[in-house]
Amino acid sequence: MSALHNFLFIAVPYMAVAVFLVGVVYRYRVAPFTVSSLSSQFLETKDLFWGSVPFHVGMIVILILHLAAFLFPQTLLAWNSYPVRLLILEITGFAFGLSFLFGSMALLIRRVTNPRIRAVTTWMDVAVELLLFFQILFGCMIAVGYRWGSSWFASDLSPYLWSLVKLDPHTDALKAMPLMVQAHVVGAFLVVLILPFTRLMHLLVAPFHYLLRPFQLVIWNWDRKAMNDPGSPWNKHKPRNT
Amino acid sequence: MDIRSQISMVFHLDKCIGCHTCSIACKNIWTDRKGAEYMWWNNVETKPGTGYPSKWEDQNIYKGGWEKQKNTIKLRAGKGKGLLNIFHNPHMPTIDDYYEPFTYKYLDLIKSPAGDMQPTARPISLITGKPMDIKMGPNWDDDLSGTPDFARQDPNLKGLTAAEAEAMFQLEKMALFYLPRICNHCLNPACVAACPSGAIYKRGEDGVVLINQDVCRAWRMCVTACPYKKSYYNWNNGKSEKCILCYPRIEAGLAPACMHSCVGRIRYLGVLLYDADRIHETASCQETDLVNTQLSIIMDPHDLEVIRAAKANGIADSTLKAAQDSPVYRFVKTWGLALPLHPEYRTLPMLFYVPPLLPVMASVTQSGDEEQKKKLNKISKVWDDKWLYDTSMENIWGTIDEMRFPLKYLANLFSAGDEAQVKIRVKKLMAVRMHRRHVTVGDIPEKKAAEALGETGLTPEAADAIYGLTSLAKFDDRFVIPPAHREQALELLEDTGDLKGKAGFGTKQPPERGL
Ligand code: SF4
Ligand code: SF4
Repeated sequence: MSALHNFLFIAVPYMAVAVFLVGVVYRYRVAPFTVSSLSSQFLETKDLFWGSVPFHVGMIVILILHLAAFLFPQTLLAWNSYPVRLLILEITGFAFGLSFLFGSMALLIRRVTNPRIRAVTTWMDVAVELLLFFQILFGCMIAVGYRWGSSWFASDLSPYLWSLVKLDPHTDALKAMPLMVQAHVVGAFLVVLILPFTRLMHLLVAPFHYLLRPFQLVIWNWDRKAMNDPGSPWNKHKPRNT
Repeated sequence: MDIRSQISMVFHLDKCIGCHTCSIACKNIWTDRKGAEYMWWNNVETKPGTGYPSKWEDQNIYKGGWEKQKNTIKLRAGKGKGLLNIFHNPHMPTIDDYYEPFTYKYLDLIKSPAGDMQPTARPISLITGKPMDIKMGPNWDDDLSGTPDFARQDPNLKGLTAAEAEAMFQLEKMALFYLPRICNHCLNPACVAACPSGAIYKRGEDGVVLINQDVCRAWRMCVTACPYKKSYYNWNNGKSEKCILCYPRIEAGLAPACMHSCVGRIRYLGVLLYDADRIHETASCQETDLVNTQLSIIMDPHDLEVIRAAKANGIADSTLKAAQDSPVYRFVKTWGLALPLHPEYRTLPMLFYVPPLLPVMASVTQSGDEEQKKKLNKISKVWDDKWLYDTSMENIWGTIDEMRFPLKYLANLFSAGDEAQVKIRVKKLMAVRMHRRHVTVGDIPEKKAAEALGETGLTPEAADAIYGLTSLAKFDDRFVIPPAHREQALELLEDTGDLKGKAGFGTKQPPERGL
């Protein structure tokens, strides 16, 4: 049992992060053409609205809450020390979790039932959607079954994650947890592991820089000032907008 | 002054015969790939009509282009709004607004087993591969002016009274013309402004607007933002694509495929010089003076001041020479014959149209034909036709005032509703005809021809030059392409033609969906 636990709770996380880092950099640099959100709204738009919006909005909030519990466990515990605040946090989180679940279900159904969407579905899309679906389902079930997740995540899971970061893994807390929680944790690392091989790459190229850049973009292939000067050397670098 | 050069175009609508050769030339070179079948970077639509994609001009639906706001302009698709809509964009056209691409199962015709029935080639969808009913095509409304589904839904009918619109579609008065469209390679492109990834850019040297497919992430905002719907989303590989003005051909000194193949020889291509410092100010001009302001940003290539500024900006002498010989400059500025399409979108389009004279050529009036009938013998077939088509040039501008289209309709297309702008151009075209008619046939007196020219401000020499460039122009007169100076630009050395059919543009990976 211990070997399996060590594999799942120590080897898998390190592997996942290593593959993630190398994979993402490699894919972004070598095959940027393949990095795309692969939107299918062009083929079907009505059902997508009921899938994509709750899915993404739920995902963003849930991701932020998980990150908060991981990064600032003490703050979270302090917040949770009043039952009212704990309830507010848990209910909000669960609501967005449900929206996440609802969205991913709607997306799955749309993918299976719409012939146009089926035509642009690859096996990787199915793998990602199933993995995410079960991950979310487990998450929601854990939220109901093992209260209060926000507190024990901060007090027990966060130290485990930090021990991984510090290269001194302590898995005791996780080992003592229910099977479903363990599966949820391993599932999360699996998502990280396959991310560079999937369309989830688009998460990493979310275009926040758009808010800062000027509207228009002009690129010169030749240096226009130097061009008429016979003494100037050739351009060595290809200009580009990456 | 920040003088830049722009490759721009003039389409002479009177000469377009609606043959779609241009569209086919473009398709065969650039968009015969999976996911791009539905794209027509060059398309020809019948006006009045809804166009392709359906009702693209209705910005209440699609939110394309810019909107005036006090002293500035606002992107209708919006920056923050664009990001908020990123998970689902309510203003994006879908495949059904264009048409579902299809082919036929031709093999069934020869491979079907013997039976009682003739085998047929059923249409199948190029998306799903399943049999389908064809509901739309790229030029579905070809020549269908007057039909309730198409012509009467034309967004350009706004501002016309119901009676005026109805009169346009009376069988006896009906007229139509073709509107070939490609990307306008705008000076203030909304597609560039709306791209969250910054994948779209304008090439500094010649103003061609391109999408870097390595950077495109399928946010699809350009499709919404381009008011002309000339940026397309490839549903197969998840990248947007658009007209590239055949830049590999232009760099090699060849005319773009659509222009080279144009049967009606309606297309002209040349360099314009413009003042980039004034783009924003020009794009935010008053509603009432859109056309004049937008044309004022184009600078005179013979002006010494402009030439000096252009040289300081690194514009090659060969490009300046091309600007001075540019047929586009002559049509647009020297003669004032061409107009931009929908200047009210404020993208400063660099494709200009000489408005069609056809709806003006014959006036149609109702009159009795009793006199006529009396002259016929008994066995002649007599129509009870009370319409009189008058193609004579009896009174100079009579036909313009009684033209078969309300001028308002053309004005809605080419001058944001300003009828005077269209009228003066139509008058000039008429005056040139009268002048040439006087010269070649002689049945119009010199005085009358001169009067017509004088009223429009054209000299006989200018009229002859217009006639020459319109009717007699050879290839090299229609396309004045500046040398690309590949020696200065490494990127221009890549032979993009090598990549055709494999990867589209700017990439060497196969355009496969997946991962
Ligand atoms: S016409 Fe071309 S350059 Fe202008 S906004 Fe549309 S895609 Fe961009
Ligand atoms: S090839 Fe020329 S004449 Fe024919 S449809 Fe195209 S623009 Fe018109």
